[in-house]
Amino acid sequence: MRYEAPDSLEKASELLAAANGSGKILAGGTDLLVQLRGDFIEPEVIVDIKHIAELRTVTADSDGFTIGAAVSGAELGDNAELKAMWPGVVEAVELIGSTQIQGRASLGGNLCNASPAADSVPAMIAARATAIVAGPSGRREVPVQDIAVAPGRTSLGAGEILVAIRLAKRPPHASDAYLRFIPRTEMDIAVVGSGISLTLDENGVCRDAIVSLGAVAEIALLVPEAAAALIGTKLEDDALQAAAAAASAACRPIDDKRGTIEFRTRVAGVLTTRATGIAHRRALER
Amino acid sequence: MKYHVSTTVNGDPVEFLCEAEQTLLDVLRDELNLTGSKEGCGSGDCGACSVTLDGRLVCSCLVLGTEAQDQAIETIEGMAQGDELHPLQRKFLEHAALQCGICTPGFLIAARSLLERNPDPSETEVRYWLAGNLCRCTGYDKIIRAVLDAAEEMRA
Repeated sequence: MRYEAPDSLEKASELLAAANGSGKILAGGTDLLVQLRGDFIEPEVIVDIKHIAELRTVTADSDGFTIGAAVSGAELGDNAELKAMWPGVVEAVELIGSTQIQGRASLGGNLCNASPAADSVPAMIAARATAIVAGPSGRREVPVQDIAVAPGRTSLGAGEILVAIRLAKRPPHASDAYLRFIPRTEMDIAVVGSGISLTLDENGVCRDAIVSLGAVAEIALLVPEAAAALIGTKLEDDALQAAAAAASAACRPIDDKRGTIEFRTRVAGVLTTRATGIAHRRALER
Repeated sequence: MKYHVSTTVNGDPVEFLCEAEQTLLDVLRDELNLTGSKEGCGSGDCGACSVTLDGRLVCSCLVLGTEAQDQAIETIEGMAQGDELHPLQRKFLEHAALQCGICTPGFLIAARSLLERNPDPSETEVRYWLAGNLCRCTGYDKIIRAVLDAAEEMRA
């Protein structure tokens, strides 16, 4: 195995393309090193992307935030401006692993590792985040939900690299939230996750909603039926119950040691109402 | 192929050679003879290998040795000043916050990192910050009390 630390996207892309499928991108390494040690992967080359400035930077402009794909969770947690505008995305990132994991794990890595239970992904989908991807044929920007296609598999082509995540600027009375269920209070993998983003008008009527669920299908789900139950309401109990029912109906989970199909389906509805409640309170305060 | 890496460990410039596969923990223990950082799980779950990398708390088992190039690494070996123990080390002894000791270097490095950011943490903040450090002996309570006591002394 070789280790390369290119200082430009072009060089990184060339190294990956030349490796012809046997190259792996190293960002925070919190998934990659575990896979290496377990002999789940045997790459010929590891391409460390942390020496590429664009991938290590968070920039805020009039359109919103551009978060370099290799920026660590700890750095995002320290970013007060980002936290104020997208508290749900940041709280989802901060749920990933321990303090030690936070020191390394990145938003880009969480997305490209393509775990169905990745905490930040439902939050990013709810935020209508987009992914900037660079490769041999240039750059493209795609919705975050188009990146993971199956557990451990992404839509990125040969030589393509996730460069950054973009989050738009939010109007007043708009906010988001992420909740997950785990059997203990910290350091575990989501049994179900729910990301919600809401935009209210000045009368408190929900004008826009996005509902996303994690760990209840092979990839994180976008649930427009649940969002439709919220839009046009003042988020009263009957609207929340309708959204919960729609969220549960969208689930197609597996049975495993973390939770049964029945449990996950039920909890997806419960978390959707609770996360909507949190996003609602936050939106009213903005 | 061996990689030549220049880095700083506990304030001292250090150079080493390593394979691409070697983790920072492997390098610290096997190449630099700094065996204070322990390997518990090798997968980032137990925190026994905790070090700081440019000021950030990380698991050295999840960092490649090659990634240490130009970084500042702090390990347990740099915690005491000569014969004088760090207040956290003293409080761990006073509170008997260890039995077998395998987890202790990781807890101390993680706790120091917390107190550098937050000199007056609540018990809940200490417990959450240290959730990535596992101890199978103490039941944690003595560790938490030692950290809170050290924080109080360091604030005085």
